[in-house]
Amino acid sequence: MAKTQQTLTKAGKSLAPRQPVTGTALSVRKKRSFIADIYSTAIGKKYAMAISGIALMGFVLFHMIGNLKMYLGAAELDHYAEFLKELLYPLAPKGAVLWILRGGLLAMLALHLHAAWSLTILNHQARPVKYQSPRDYEVANFASRTMRYSGMIVLSFLIWHLLDLTFGVVNTVGTDNTFVKGEVYANVVRSLDRWPVAVFYILANLLLGIHLRHGAWSIFQSLGWNNPRFNSWRWSFATVFALVVVIGNISFPIAVLAGIVKL
Amino acid sequence: MKHLTNLKLKVWRQDGPDTVGKFETHVVESVSDEASFLEMLDQLNEKLIGENKDAIVFDHDCREGICGTCSLMINGRAHGPQRATTTCQLHMRTFSSGDEIVIEPWRAAAFPIIKDLMVDRASFDRIIESGGFITSPTGGAPDANLIPVPKPVSDAAMDSAACIGCGACVAACPNGAANLFTGAKIAHLSVLPQGQAERFKRAEAMVNSMDDQFGSCTNHGECSAACPKEISLDVIALMNSDFRKSKSKNRKQLSRG
Ligand code: HEM
Ligand code: FES
Repeated sequence: MAKTQQTLTKAGKSLAPRQPVTGTALSVRKKRSFIADIYSTAIGKKYAMAISGIALMGFVLFHMIGNLKMYLGAAELDHYAEFLKELLYPLAPKGAVLWILRGGLLAMLALHLHAAWSLTILNHQARPVKYQSPRDYEVANFASRTMRYSGMIVLSFLIWHLLDLTFGVVNTVGTDNTFVKGEVYANVVRSLDRWPVAVFYILANLLLGIHLRHGAWSIFQSLGWNNPRFNSWRWSFATVFALVVVIGNISFPIAVLAGIVKL
Repeated sequence: MKHLTNLKLKVWRQDGPDTVGKFETHVVESVSDEASFLEMLDQLNEKLIGENKDAIVFDHDCREGICGTCSLMINGRAHGPQRATTTCQLHMRTFSSGDEIVIEPWRAAAFPIIKDLMVDRASFDRIIESGGFITSPTGGAPDANLIPVPKPVSDAAMDSAACIGCGACVAACPNGAANLFTGAKIAHLSVLPQGQAERFKRAEAMVNSMDDQFGSCTNHGECSAACPKEISLDVIALMNSDFRKSKSKNRKQLSRG
């Protein structure tokens, strides 16, 4: 077999020598179960990204809508937090459904991350020698080219956010040094009253918006949802979705800083 | 006819697949604005040969935008600055006197450099080999209207079949993915009645072959913007959906065997 045929393939892998047309792929694929088989392909990983992305999008949308209760006052927001713990109660024990939802979201996040990670590696292997002169991109935009970074900053914000308002460990440095479980409204005001926290909150949500602007369009392509009748709506959907989530989320720190939402 | 003068060319020179390459600067003193980009390179090569130097190696064949042999990353764009144009159809009038023009080969693991600006695109043949065909009996040509095809369907198939396999999509893709090429080749057959029998076997096999050699799509859209035939991103969605269906349909078919 000629040497060039060896070097044709991506790092580490080598194809079988060229064979006559057989109607099957040249590479022999391992036998795997249905899900593992799909996930082992790049397109399958994009499916996983899109499905986990939809789950996360559903979460951020309802999270934002729920937090709008803040504008109705402390009692309303605290009561809403209590309601979340009582989802499907008394059919299910208190907190059970909430924990199932949390578990599902964590799994989705893990899947999203794993797929993003392994596809990034694949993409680097697909072009081991970069272009040696500057590229002149025509349509790739800031959002599409920074998905990995916007995603990672959103992830770091997410961790901070949980430590801040769920566990309260980074909240005790607030204006009056307290964090009280269950006093959701008061905790939010204490946290966002610190302007560096509010700024971080705003920046992270802008990046989330940028991630979603590209992501919410990408899901249609990744899942193969393409139909000339609605294709022109896909960008509009992504833009509106990203705007709604970002404007809603960013309004909270601004309202606290402006003293509209206060203790 | 006008002439462009004093073009500074930065051209990638590389002896072979496993050697280290570098940019080499050449000055083209004067060239007609009616010359194609490749004719400009021919002119430079004649000068180099006259000086007893190695000519710059680049791919070309039909020189009329239909064979897909020419390539070249010109100033950071596949096939140069003009949309829907192959390098052979790009004319020097798109540039101005005194311009610096940087020329690089396609870069992808699956497109190893043979020499200078010429790359081996056999990886595309492998994708085609794995399923880009229909099985039909040989013999006398069937009547042209034996299988009715609705006009919009035949148009859609033609839009995908316009792909000339030049590799600009892979070259332009920040991930080195071949989804536009593979999608076009799949869509071309899978919308037609003649392509139905092997539709899902084809989708699975071609995607697997693509997976073994190329990167993965992140929906930038650079491929379609660089495509000299303006193939739409729609073919990628079609491929993704056929691939998903193939996973269950092919299993069902196997279990009948
Ligand atoms: C945890 C850190 C995260 C990382 C590292 C990350 C990374 C990525 C990457 C690399 C893509 C593929 C981009 C592309 O196709 O161009 C992507 C897509 C996407 N992301 Fe994220 N992301 C993260 C978090 C999130 C979050 C929190 C959400 C939702 C609120 C989200 C929603 C989406 C959606 C909807 C897509 C589109 C899926 C598709 O490509 O079909 N991501 N993400
Ligand atoms: S040489 Fe045939 S397309 Fe350019």
